[in-house]
Amino acid sequence: MGLSQSFFAERFGITERDLESYLSEALSAGGEYADLYFEYLATTSIGIDEGIVKSATEGVSLGVGIRVIAGERTGYAYSDDLSPEKIRKAARVAAHIARGPATILKTGFEEARRHNLYPMLFAPHETGLTERVELVKRADHAARAYDKRVFQVQATYADSLRDVLVATSEGRLSFDRQPMARMSVSALARQGDGAPQHGHSGGGGRVTLDFFEKEKTPEHFAREAARQAIVQLDAVDAPAGEMTVVLGPGWPGILLHEAVGHGLEADFNRKGVSAFTGRIGQQVASPLCTVIDDGTIGSRRGSLNVDDEGMPTQKNVLIENGILRGYLQDKLSSRLTHNHSTGSGRRESYQHIPMPRMTNTYMLAGESDPEEIVKSVEKGLYCATFGGGQVDITSGNFVFSATESYLIENGKLTRPVRGASLIGNGPEALKYVSMVGHDLQLDEGIGVCGKEGQSVPVGVGIPTVRIDRMTVGGTAA
Amino acid sequence: MSDLESLASDAVKRALAAGASDAECTIMEGEEFSSSVRMREVESLKEAGSRGAGIRVLVGKRGGSSYTSDLSPEGIATMVQGAIDLAQITTEDPFADLPDPADLGSRPEDLQLYDPAIEEMETEWKIAQAKRAEEAAFAADPRIENSEGASFESYTGRRVFANSRGFVGSYRTSSCGLSVSPVAKHNGSMERDYWYTSGRAAAKLESAEEVGRRAAERAVRRLNPRKIATQKAPIIFEPRTARALLGDLFDAVNGGAIYRQASYLAGKLGEKIAADALTVVDDATMPGLFGTSPFDDEGVICRRTVVIEKGELKSYLLNSYSARKLGLQTTGNASRGITGNAGVGPGNFYIEAGGRSPEELLKGLKTGLYVTELIGGETNTVTGDYSSGAAGLWIENGELAYPVSEITIAGNMKRMLLDLEIGSDLEFRGSIASPTLLIGEMTISGQ
Repeated sequence: MGLSQSFFAERFGITERDLESYLSEALSAGGEYADLYFEYLATTSIGIDEGIVKSATEGVSLGVGIRVIAGERTGYAYSDDLSPEKIRKAARVAAHIARGPATILKTGFEEARRHNLYPMLFAPHETGLTERVELVKRADHAARAYDKRVFQVQATYADSLRDVLVATSEGRLSFDRQPMARMSVSALARQGDGAPQHGHSGGGGRVTLDFFEKEKTPEHFAREAARQAIVQLDAVDAPAGEMTVVLGPGWPGILLHEAVGHGLEADFNRKGVSAFTGRIGQQVASPLCTVIDDGTIGSRRGSLNVDDEGMPTQKNVLIENGILRGYLQDKLSSRLTHNHSTGSGRRESYQHIPMPRMTNTYMLAGESDPEEIVKSVEKGLYCATFGGGQVDITSGNFVFSATESYLIENGKLTRPVRGASLIGNGPEALKYVSMVGHDLQLDEGIGVCGKEGQSVPVGVGIPTVRIDRMTVGGTAA
Repeated sequence: MSDLESLASDAVKRALAAGASDAECTIMEGEEFSSSVRMREVESLKEAGSRGAGIRVLVGKRGGSSYTSDLSPEGIATMVQGAIDLAQITTEDPFADLPDPADLGSRPEDLQLYDPAIEEMETEWKIAQAKRAEEAAFAADPRIENSEGASFESYTGRRVFANSRGFVGSYRTSSCGLSVSPVAKHNGSMERDYWYTSGRAAAKLESAEEVGRRAAERAVRRLNPRKIATQKAPIIFEPRTARALLGDLFDAVNGGAIYRQASYLAGKLGEKIAADALTVVDDATMPGLFGTSPFDDEGVICRRTVVIEKGELKSYLLNSYSARKLGLQTTGNASRGITGNAGVGPGNFYIEAGGRSPEELLKGLKTGLYVTELIGGETNTVTGDYSSGAAGLWIENGELAYPVSEITIAGNMKRMLLDLEIGSDLEFRGSIASPTLLIGEMTISGQ
């Protein structure tokens, strides 16, 4: 596909000549590099609450972001109007970062290589609204049918289609059409006059409507949300203090995202402010741990054919057998540290400056049997599902909250416990990993990662792992 | 009527003409600027403006919403039709409606939300502020060797709202802010902290030197932390961390959580839920603050609501929908972006200052934890269970003794609210504000 067949050429008549003129304007006061990021985003979301489809929203936003890099400096401007005058004006604003004679732009573009990770049978707007409404109604029904103690259900379905065009002063041209869809269900359950308890589930990815009809149905997510709420009805206070923790497979991989991933983003390391700075080649985890960030897995929420700087995404090894191997690089950090981009430059929208971010972060499977892992623990905590997490990059301390967990007593899961935060230190926590299961699972596709005010979709994954020492923040001291 | 007010009214009329029985339109426009400096050099400059419009229609008791960044006549027409089409697929909701016309209105007084000086600020001056703040952090202590940078940001914007019950209104806002994040290093320990100042008016900012000095002090005092033993102890939340706790309390009085019975405070109106010392107010009428506005996001006039008075739960915070569900009056707390059904948001939601200074609260404790940072924490609004990662300073004999980190604190909000004392140091740094809080006992999890 050449530029002429691309979305922005067809819809807005943008030509190579236009792109060259905008980039020349951006480099009119000097600078080594400039790029343009055109984005057209169409979204739909539908929500059910109390059995009533109360909300249905759709919309479009579009714009172009223009960036100029001069040494360590970045100039940025954007326009939500794609008229040539407005784009040129934004280019001149971005150009202010440099203070010199114009940089001469080399002419001509070469279309960048890209993956084909999310082929679409039908784009979201080609499918009917009524089919989407059906999904939330089915979820509502299934959650209530799961157990009569479920008394309140909310479900939403949201999808989007993002068309992007990236053109750089190095002559790189990339297009992509990025679908995203997600269902989420939350349920409240109550036993008699007792206090209500909450359960939540959801998932999706770079998929379209058919995924929820064929692969993960609304009933799947609804039953899971209801099940979690019901489990919580019998929960006891969470323990407090250091103990052995077993993480179940899938979403608990958020541990890797917080403990390791953020600390390996190249911007923090270039600036020397990460707890992992200067540790490449060092042991930062037990030899059982190999951690990957991979933007090339088909249909996954964190996957991209090209990153938001137009570079193909990659499978990047972060930790190999416990040894720190590499950082996640974007354009700016790789230029400044004489490395290659790892396809990790991401941004929330055309209004945002790209930075190094994760895609899908997971730990490779080990050899232990998951049941044996639980059996090996005399006293500890088994965490099946998590809420969110956060990390302090500089100290390396990270937190994540377990929403469904169980006491382990003499090798068996006994009582469910109430929600609790777990805390650890990034470069230390994974050194206590003593068993890794053979059951690697990726999460269901619901992760949102926030950094410096920008949110991007991500994925995580992990097999069952045993961590010999971790601090659990319950109330039962 | 301004151009954007006409545009919003026209969109509402167009929706009625196309078959909507009611409609409400929001338009926002804004200009943002940000500059960042790191290690005394400019790191980035960003400047741009954008606009967007959104509409919500009711066709009978069915709702539909849409938005666009294209404000041309064609863009608006597509948006209106989109919302009407969506109203065909939703379900009839007996409570779907617009606010009662008697509740609509705009505060007449000058709320001081817009300062023209912010548009006049020179880029060079803004960069210089960030440089001075970072320089002050470096100068404050030799252990500040590195920095994540300093930034100066400013914003000016306008919010416009019109509905089919005759409301048309708009207001301008401005804001600016300066922040710095120094990194302290000593004996193999590295810690970062930050400080910031912000305001709707340029004159409200603290000096760059003050911001830099406080940020440096905060980073340095965290160096070489210890991990303490698991135990139950009193906990002092400084205003910055107390605010996070108060944000969680807001979620529990949010009318949306109340009508779903998804809050531990549902059904507790008129009951004693907190210590006598606690009075919590939501006031969107205080001039010049971040939670202030002349009308809420569905055109209801803003006001002051006492939420908790001397420990008794007096009012939930409501938009018109949750008010109708609960058989109550809206409190003017409707909140949304540019489209969709309104949610509930805070005005200036704050705890009234108590009589004891933070130093006095501290002096009274033999041991305890003074929390300066919360990470990854959340309250389960349904149950009130609270657990969060924390860092801070250990208290011994009424003094801050040494830094601690890699610990969690946990409790239940229902009990915490009954077991608290309130400091005298209330300051508004955002729409949620709290003085120093002392909770009598929580569980600290450490070694």
